[in-house]
Amino acid sequence: MDGFLERLMRKKQNSANAAKERLKLVLIHDRTDITPGQMENMKNELLQVISKYVNIDPKTVKIDMAQDGREQRLVADIPIAASSRK
Amino acid sequence: MSAKVVTITSGKGGVGKTTTTANLAVALAQQEQRVVCIDGDIGLRNLDVILGLENRIVYDLVDVIEGRCRLKQAMIRDKRLPELYLIPAAQTRDKSAVSPSDMVRLCDELRNEVDWILVDSPAGIERGFKNALAPADIVLVVTNPEISAVRDADRIVGLIEAEEKGPAKLILNRVNSSLTKRGDMISAEDVLELLAIDLIGIIPEDENVVVASNRGQPVTLSEKAKAGQAFRNIARRLLGEEVPYMNLDEKGGLFDRLSRMIKSGGD
Repeated sequence: MDGFLERLMRKKQNSANAAKERLKLVLIHDRTDITPGQMENMKNELLQVISKYVNIDPKTVKIDMAQDGREQRLVADIPIAASSRK
Repeated sequence: MSAKVVTITSGKGGVGKTTTTANLAVALAQQEQRVVCIDGDIGLRNLDVILGLENRIVYDLVDVIEGRCRLKQAMIRDKRLPELYLIPAAQTRDKSAVSPSDMVRLCDELRNEVDWILVDSPAGIERGFKNALAPADIVLVVTNPEISAVRDADRIVGLIEAEEKGPAKLILNRVNSSLTKRGDMISAEDVLELLAIDLIGIIPEDENVVVASNRGQPVTLSEKAKAGQAFRNIARRLLGEEVPYMNLDEKGGLFDRLSRMIKSGGD
């Protein structure tokens, strides 16, 4: 029988999937005209601003570009550290 | 009665724009439609050879636009079909000989004469592409399931939207079902997910297309070829019919049929 894991492994390895994953990222940058470097800078600046008001742990922050049809969306998930209430 | 202008474009070169234009023109003409196709690739004309009409060119698109001949004189009739015409591109001029408004004017003049005007766009995103896009009512983007072709298709789809000519529809050309099955070709589903536009046709990779180009007899003229069938399906969809997508896996061979019978044995 074709094991689930086995199928998962093959899916990971095949070149069509590699192409799809690479395309996903390339298209996001093409559509938004933001380079990976600029994206990184934007994240860091955002974190600096947010840190002025609330306590956050940069390691838990997720800021990513997501595709929604032909629209790109900047999705941020920024957990606020517990100590900020004191 | 007013014709619809369909522009066929792609971004990347070599994905099959001209082949698609020629075959859709043939398929529409086979459905008793009156069709004119215009080669928009000035300086690099090719629609004439794909249609096998290269020896009959007297006047071209630029001659019409610059008033050296009447529109009718530049329309080469394809004698194999009831009403199919080609307006060839100029070979010795550059893209700047034609403007987007020239194309709009030309197509408006043709609208009352025919049912469909197909415009074959050049590759790229410059003047020639803008010329081809300007008169469009419907835009078809041709791509292959390859990383560079899909990326360029995405750029073009964005530009079409920016020009308010969208939403474009996708033709996925040269699909190799065994490579796809093996996981070494991006699937149609994945291309659609990435580009987020509607599909209007999938053309299988078919050796008959090469043979057809060699002879100047579009593959759609032959009854049997799979690619021809796929182009006929797109023409029917353009005419508003709902046509199911063909199963590209189906080799029709005895082994395939047998194995499918065995697999579905119980139910």
